[in-house]
Amino acid sequence: MKCFEFMGKEIFAQFGIPVPQGRMVTTAEEAEGVAAEIGKPVVIKSQVLSGKRGKAGGIKFADTPAEAKAAAADLLAMTVQGHPVQRILLEEKLKIESEIYVAITIDGAAKAPVIITSAKGGMDIEEQAEEDIVKVYLDVFLGLQPFLAKDLARRIGLTGNLAKSYADILEKMYNIMVKKDAELVEINPLVISGDQVIAADAKVTIDDSALYRQKDVPFVDEDMTEVEKMAKAAGVGSFVELGGNIAIMANGAGITMGTLDMVQLFGGQPANFMDAGGGTGVEGTAKAIQILLAQNPKVIFINIFGGITRCDDVANALAYVKKNIGIPVPVVVRMVGTNQEEGVRILREVGIEAYREMKEAAQKAVELSKAGEEV
Amino acid sequence: MAILVDASSKVLIQGITGKQGTFHLKQMLPFGTDVVAGVAPGKGGGVHEGVPLYNTVYEACEHHAIDATVLFIPAAYCKDAALEAIEAGIKVIVIITEHIPVQDELIIVNRAKLKDAVIIGPNTFGMASWKCKLGILPNIAFSPGPVGVVARSGTLTYEIVGSLTNIGIGQTSVVGLGGDRVPGSTFVDMLKRFEADEATQVVVLVGEIGGNAEEEAAEYIKTMSKPVVAYLAGKSAPPGKRMGHAGAIIERGKGTYEGKVQALTAAGAQVATFPYEVVEKVQQLIRRS
Repeated sequence: MKCFEFMGKEIFAQFGIPVPQGRMVTTAEEAEGVAAEIGKPVVIKSQVLSGKRGKAGGIKFADTPAEAKAAAADLLAMTVQGHPVQRILLEEKLKIESEIYVAITIDGAAKAPVIITSAKGGMDIEEQAEEDIVKVYLDVFLGLQPFLAKDLARRIGLTGNLAKSYADILEKMYNIMVKKDAELVEINPLVISGDQVIAADAKVTIDDSALYRQKDVPFVDEDMTEVEKMAKAAGVGSFVELGGNIAIMANGAGITMGTLDMVQLFGGQPANFMDAGGGTGVEGTAKAIQILLAQNPKVIFINIFGGITRCDDVANALAYVKKNIGIPVPVVVRMVGTNQEEGVRILREVGIEAYREMKEAAQKAVELSKAGEEV
Repeated sequence: MAILVDASSKVLIQGITGKQGTFHLKQMLPFGTDVVAGVAPGKGGGVHEGVPLYNTVYEACEHHAIDATVLFIPAAYCKDAALEAIEAGIKVIVIITEHIPVQDELIIVNRAKLKDAVIIGPNTFGMASWKCKLGILPNIAFSPGPVGVVARSGTLTYEIVGSLTNIGIGQTSVVGLGGDRVPGSTFVDMLKRFEADEATQVVVLVGEIGGNAEEEAAEYIKTMSKPVVAYLAGKSAPPGKRMGHAGAIIERGKGTYEGKVQALTAAGAQVATFPYEVVEKVQQLIRRS
């Protein structure tokens, strides 16, 4: 789960990483008050998860509280890459002498945390030259030892107190990764302002699997669509909206991806990724089918290889939704595995013929999705 | 004959009396798995489906020589259970559980590396060799034969292995690496074992978008004597979206379908566009040999 910048900075402050003086607000009036409190020129930053805020006009500057109020009103009326701006962060404007890039993340292949840093902050790490980037893998049992942090400071050209402050920030970033279950802690830019090193930005991503033990971090669902929020509320394992007209449900991430790929290769457009999981039962499956319907698709395509998932459960769920809620579009089902015969029989009773082969079913779903279209 | 485990392997199940543990124990026994003990804290001394129970892994190891363990343990307790198995000296540890925090996974897999234990998973269907299934692969999918299968995802593997079995092509071992970001074992680890296994003639690799495990596998495939057939899921996945598996995400332009296909093809692997083409390609390779 990606955190908003202001949330990341709250975590930074808790762990002792210096951040600019400031506060998050939701109205222009509050913005004026905070600007007056700060008593200096301010920067006003829209709080959206999009990475390219600055380029999209989502960051403004103001010298007086009145200017801050006007700028805040502008930002709060804006939409940045599809996200209406609901929150803004007001902060003292820093005097920037130079900018550093620093991030800690987890490298799955190396099975280790990795620190990535560069003396050239302010731009995306992808845009930087390979020779400017310093990358160090950490031993998970040693963590980030002070000697390593100090050497990293040296390698990006810092000396004296600045080097000390940088090393201290690195150690705190590592603590955040471990204690807050962060998959990513990124500061870009980390700003040198006089004798201070300050985090001008904050990107923190919390491991979704660890949210259960990070209950003090508020849940952020800004990057979810309305249907994705519905799916989450309904307890559907895994759902991503993709925008096509063939609503798809399968069980297992791999086969769901494989089903989407096949539909697309046959010329169809998947509406979504839905991994209904294993052993979801009749009720859970019925809820999942209703999420498919909520997308107003032209066709529903269900692909089940029954292992833990029982074909009769899926069939009963379909029959239930068809009888009690109604399914106004054609349904294509491919069903093999556990309790297959029973599932096929139940479906036949409600007028749905199940396929055995994934290929034929996918072709049929694509064909139906194009029905009525001019050729 | 097989990799990692075979019909003679003695197996422990951790979390044996839970709903999942019980259900899959009842599938593993008729498959032929020699389940010699189960761990269920507080139930030691009892018997579950004919299997003796112990309170801790250490206690089970005092009474039995154990070759492998399977964990059916809730995510929040998996780190402790896996570390217990590692410290007790078990060398093959299968972690079925999904949604284990990545910080816990880092500790599990790095400790296992130090102690020379092989971790299969987390978030996997486990693995199967003839008469030894560790996990949740449906029994009907597997049959013995000359094909080694290594995969990141479960149901897709059932689909492919099931189709192989249906046309009479069996498997030496089928291994699920799991869909998480920090898997205990990699394609390369398993490809090396299949390359060394005399009974394996052809290897099937089932990958997906995200990470660089397939690209690493490609480097090793260049050196292999045995043919490799690959299928990759996620061709249609948009960047930045996590497709069910924690590891199945194209991030910052890395882990794309095209990049993986290119690497595998250049390494001499045959890459199937559709799952059913895997079976056709394997059939041709087996006829040829």
